[in-house]
Amino acid sequence: MSAMLSCREVSQLVSESMDHELSMSQNIEVKMHLFMCKFCSRFKKQVLSIRQACRDNADLIGEGAGPGALCPEAKERIKRLLQKGGSG
Amino acid sequence: MDDQATTNKTDPEAWVDRYGDYLYRYAFHRTQDDGVAEDLVQETFLAALSARAKFQGRSSEKTWLTSILKHKLMDRYRTQYREVPHDDIELKADELDDRFDEKGHWKIGPAKWVANPQKQYEQKKFMEAVGHCLKTPPKRLSEAFVLREIDGMSTKEICKVLNVSETNLWVMLHRARIYMRECLEQSWLNPKEFKGELL
Repeated sequence: MSAMLSCREVSQLVSESMDHELSMSQNIEVKMHLFMCKFCSRFKKQVLSIRQACRDNADLIGEGAGPGALCPEAKERIKRLLQKGGSG
Repeated sequence: MDDQATTNKTDPEAWVDRYGDYLYRYAFHRTQDDGVAEDLVQETFLAALSARAKFQGRSSEKTWLTSILKHKLMDRYRTQYREVPHDDIELKADELDDRFDEKGHWKIGPAKWVANPQKQYEQKKFMEAVGHCLKTPPKRLSEAFVLREIDGMSTKEICKVLNVSETNLWVMLHRARIYMRECLEQSWLNPKEFKGELL
């Protein structure tokens, strides 16, 4: 078996496992590391939880979440354009 | 049937008041640019106006308008990144290495989270924090993050719109997750306030 993976490598692999399947040996090495490492285990749990919450609430990002609304000038401008387009 | 479809349609100018802010935020979080977001919303409404006859009222107006905006957004990414080489700045800038010492151990490891973003009463605040935190990573990383973690697009599709190889996208997403996790830990959980409860 190769040398133990570092937290830097394991966190990268944990992240990659969310985007593609890891090889069997990578999987085993990551699991062994996670078993012993509190920080990398937290990293995994948290990034997965962020993904799940984001996907469950994707709509909220457009609702009240975050700053900003279309400014009144832009609204007026778009309305005028729609009027023109509508009659033209 | 026709009556049903007609009653679901509203006056195009009323769209602006009804859906303008929603579409603007949708575009803003995916571009991190006020001007670009405004342009996209305008293009969306104008495209909707010409396509109005085809709108059957099968989906809600909001869903219909959002899907037009999504197309505009994808076109924009494609045009914007057509010429950008794969190994661009986001992949070279290695400030994330600060998080680990020379042996590759965490310098400051992730804190224990005392709240759960999946709990219903936490969700609105959490998504507000996500909106805020999307400003922290470099722009292209934050775009990749939204497409993957919020919109759930496949990595293959994201590679096409952002014009990156799959291996580079994995690195970009990892970096984006590190940025986002850290920012959420600070802004959403503010662990300093919870010092007593942390491990």
